[in-house]
Amino acid sequence: MAAKLPAERSETVFSDFKGEYTREQALAEANRCLFCHDAPCIQVCPTEINIPQFIRKIATDNLKGSARTIFDSNILGMSCARVCPVEVLCVGDCVYNEMGVPPIQIGKLQRYATDHAFDKGWRFFEAGPDSGKSVALVGGGPASLAAAHELRRHGHACTIYEMRDVLGGLNTTGVAPYKMKADRSVEEVEWILGIGGIEVKTGVQVGKDISFLELEKKHQAVFLGVGLGPDTRLKLPGEDLPGIYGAVDFIEKMKLERIALSSKKRCVVIGGGNTALDAVREGIGLGFEHTTMLYRGTEAHMSGYLHEWRAAQHEGARAEWRALPIGFEGSGKVERVKAIRLDENKKPIAGTEFTLDADLVLVAIGQSKLVELLHGLEGLKLESGKIVTEANGRTGRKGYFAGGDGRNGGKEVVNAAAEGKAAALAIHAYLQGGA
Amino acid sequence: MIDLSTHCAGIRSPNPFWLASAPPANSGAQVQRAFDAGWGGAVWKTLGQPIQNVSSRFGALHVGGRRGVGFNNIELITDRPLEVNFKEIYETKRKYPKHAVIVSLMVETREEWKEIIKRSIDAGADGLELNFGCPHGMCERGMGSAVGQEPRVNQEITSWAVEYSTVPVLVKLTPNVSDIVPHGLAAQRGGAHGVSLINTIKSIIGVDIDRFIPEPRVGLQSSNGGYCGAAVKPIALHMAASLARHPEFKIPISGIGGICNWRDAVEFILLGSTSVQVCTEVMLKGYRIVEDMIEGLTEYMRSHNFETIDQMVGKAVPAYSDWGDLDMNYETVAKINAESCIGCNLCMVACDDGAHQCIHPNPNGTRVPVIDESECVGCNLCQIVCPVESCITMERVDNGYAPTTWNQFVNEGKTLRPKKGAH
Repeated sequence: MAAKLPAERSETVFSDFKGEYTREQALAEANRCLFCHDAPCIQVCPTEINIPQFIRKIATDNLKGSARTIFDSNILGMSCARVCPVEVLCVGDCVYNEMGVPPIQIGKLQRYATDHAFDKGWRFFEAGPDSGKSVALVGGGPASLAAAHELRRHGHACTIYEMRDVLGGLNTTGVAPYKMKADRSVEEVEWILGIGGIEVKTGVQVGKDISFLELEKKHQAVFLGVGLGPDTRLKLPGEDLPGIYGAVDFIEKMKLERIALSSKKRCVVIGGGNTALDAVREGIGLGFEHTTMLYRGTEAHMSGYLHEWRAAQHEGARAEWRALPIGFEGSGKVERVKAIRLDENKKPIAGTEFTLDADLVLVAIGQSKLVELLHGLEGLKLESGKIVTEANGRTGRKGYFAGGDGRNGGKEVVNAAAEGKAAALAIHAYLQGGA
Repeated sequence: MIDLSTHCAGIRSPNPFWLASAPPANSGAQVQRAFDAGWGGAVWKTLGQPIQNVSSRFGALHVGGRRGVGFNNIELITDRPLEVNFKEIYETKRKYPKHAVIVSLMVETREEWKEIIKRSIDAGADGLELNFGCPHGMCERGMGSAVGQEPRVNQEITSWAVEYSTVPVLVKLTPNVSDIVPHGLAAQRGGAHGVSLINTIKSIIGVDIDRFIPEPRVGLQSSNGGYCGAAVKPIALHMAASLARHPEFKIPISGIGGICNWRDAVEFILLGSTSVQVCTEVMLKGYRIVEDMIEGLTEYMRSHNFETIDQMVGKAVPAYSDWGDLDMNYETVAKINAESCIGCNLCMVACDDGAHQCIHPNPNGTRVPVIDESECVGCNLCQIVCPVESCITMERVDNGYAPTTWNQFVNEGKTLRPKKGAH
C-alpha cells in the first residue's frame, strides 16, 4: 500500500486552475452536448472513452452510469479528467469549434462524474475468476495501474514493483498542483487497488533489488511500466549551486514535502516544453514575484502547449526567447543565470551575453531514459531509449510487454492508461496461449 | 406606415397582443402594469363565484435543460371577491380607455349569467369571454370544459350571453375534444362574435418518481391539470386553422396556445387569428416580453409589405390542405453544404436509425457525410437534427412528372412517380 503523504506540502498552497462544476453548471454544460455520432472527441481520446454517452448520462442524472462509462474505458478517468490536455485532445476536436461556439468542457464534466463516484464510494468492476497466472508490473505509475486493473478483471494475479514509497508515478509526483495534488492521486491508486489481488512492493527497484530473472521465475508475464529517469543536466559552470534544481526533481519535492525557499523574488525556468511550462506556473503559484522562462527557440517553436503558455502569461510569466544559458553565479547559492542570445539558426550571437537575477532555477530540458536496467534482457529492443513494442505493447522478449513513458518516450497520463490497458489485453491473450 | 391596431370581433386594441385570462391578468395593478409595458389588451382572470385554490398549483415540463417548455396548472377561476374585481376593472378601463379589457366569465345558471354580464359591462368591459374551456376542477362542477365539450350546451349558454350583452362576446373553446369544428360552429350558432382558442389541454405534467405521486403535488396526491406553454403551440395552431379554413365558420378568432414571441404570433395570425393571447410565457418571463413582440411583428410586417394586421390574417390558411390534395409528384432530396458542415454526423445516425439509411460516411475520409440521392425520400429528418442552420437544405428535384394528388390518382387515374426508398 502507498505511504501516507505529509499534510503540509509545498503544493498545498495551490488552488484548482479549472475548478469543479456545481450540479447546475454540469447540467447546463451537459445539455449543450450535441451527442455526435461517431464523435471526434472519442476518436482523439487515447482511451476512447464514449464521451457523448457519459455526458448524456450526466444530463439525465444517471451519474453512476456516466462514471461507469468513463472508468470502463479508462480506470484513471478521475485523474485524466484533471490532467489531460483536453484543449489539444477531446475539447480541441469538439465539433462546436467548427461552428465558432465554445466547445464542450469535457474534462470538467468528466471530473464532475468521476469525483461524484469517488465521493459516493462507487466501485464498478470485480476481479475475474482466478486464472492461476501471475503478472509482474514494473513501475507503479499510470501504465502499470491501468494494466493491473485490466488484468485483474481477467482474473490474473498482479504484483507491482515500485522503487518509490508511493504509487501513482508522475500522477503523484509530477502533476502540476493546480491540476491535481498528490493526495488525490494516492486516493485514486487506493481506489484502483480496491479491485483486490494486486500485491504492491514499494521501495523495490527491479534490476537492482530483484533481478528480471527472478521476476520471470515468479510470474508468467512481465509488464514494463517504467517511466523516465532523472532530469537532464545542462553541464554548465555553477550548476551545482544550491537553488538550482532539475524541474521534475523540484516538482516531486514540492508535491511530496515542504521545500524551504529562502527568497521568492525571482524564478528562472530553463526550457520550452510542457515540464518547463508547468514549472513556470508553479513558480508563480509558489509566490515568486518574477518568473521568467528562458528558451532557445521562440513561442512558435516551443514544444509546450500554447494554451498552457497563454495561461502562464496571463498569470504574469515572462519569456526570454532565443536565449541560451551559459553558466550560473552566486556565493553559497545561485544568484544569477548567465545567458547569451541566439540567432535564427540557434547560433550564439557574440557580445550579447546578459544575466538574469535568480533565487530559484528550474532546469526543464528533458529527462534521461530509465532503461539502463533493461540492457542485457535478450530480445528486448530499445530505440532512442524507448522500449520497442508492437502496437499492443508486446516486446521482442517472450512474455514481456510495455507501455507508458518508457515505451512512448514521455507522453500524457491518458496515453499511459491506454497503453497499459492495451498491453493487459495482449498479456491476457498471451497467458491464455492465444499468442 | 405600419398599423398594429386590431379589431377582433369588434373589440379594438392598439396591438394584437392580449394577456390571456390567467394569473397575469388577476388584478387591476397587474393589468395596468402590463398595459404600461405595451400589451394591447387583457382578458381578465375568469370571474364567477370565487373559489379556493390548492397548493401547489403549477407543474412544468423541462426538456434538455430548457425550463418550462411545457406547463400545467390546477388553479381555478378568481379567488378574489367579485366587487373588488369589478372595481379594479372600472379603474383600469378609466385609466386605459384605448386598451381592451375583456372579462372572462364562468357561472352556471341563466340568472347568474345575466347578472354577471350586466356587472361586467357596467364596470366598463370592452368584451366578454365565456370560459367553456377550463379542463380541471371547474368541469367537475359542470362548468368550463364540461360546457365546451357539449355543442348544444355551448350554443345555448352562448345565446344567453349574447342576449344579455351589449358588448362583443367571445367563446373560449376547449381543445379536449376530438374535432374542434362542431364546437366553433356551435358558438357561432349561439351568436358569438368570435372564439378564443385553445384553452389548456388535460394533462399530467410529470410524476415524482421518488414519492410515486404525479405532479404538481398536493400533499400525497395530485390531479390532472391544464397543459399549456410553448409545447402546445402545434396543437393550438391546428385547431385555430381548422376553424379558419372551414367554409361555414365566419367569425373572428383570438389565437391562444404556446405563443412566446412575435414569430409565434405571426404564425397564429397567418392561420386566421385576429388577436393573440399569451399567458405562460408572461408567467415565466414577465410582461416585458411584449417589447420584442411589438418590434418583431412591426419589422415582420414591414419586410412583407403588410400595413395592417387584417392584411395578414389568414394568409397561410389557403395552403392548409387535406393530405389527399397534396402533390405526390413533388420531390425533394437533402443536400449537405460541406462548407458549413461541422461533422457531428447527427444526420447520419438519424437517417440510419430513424429514416431511410441513405446518408453514409464520406469515402474520401472527411467527416462530411454523403447523401445517396437515389434513396433519399426527402423526409427532412436530417435537416431537423442538423445543428447548423442552412447546412442541410431540401432541394427540389425535377422528375418530369406533372403535379398529381392522391385524390387525382384514385379518382382520375393520373400518374404517380415511382416510390423511393420502399424496398
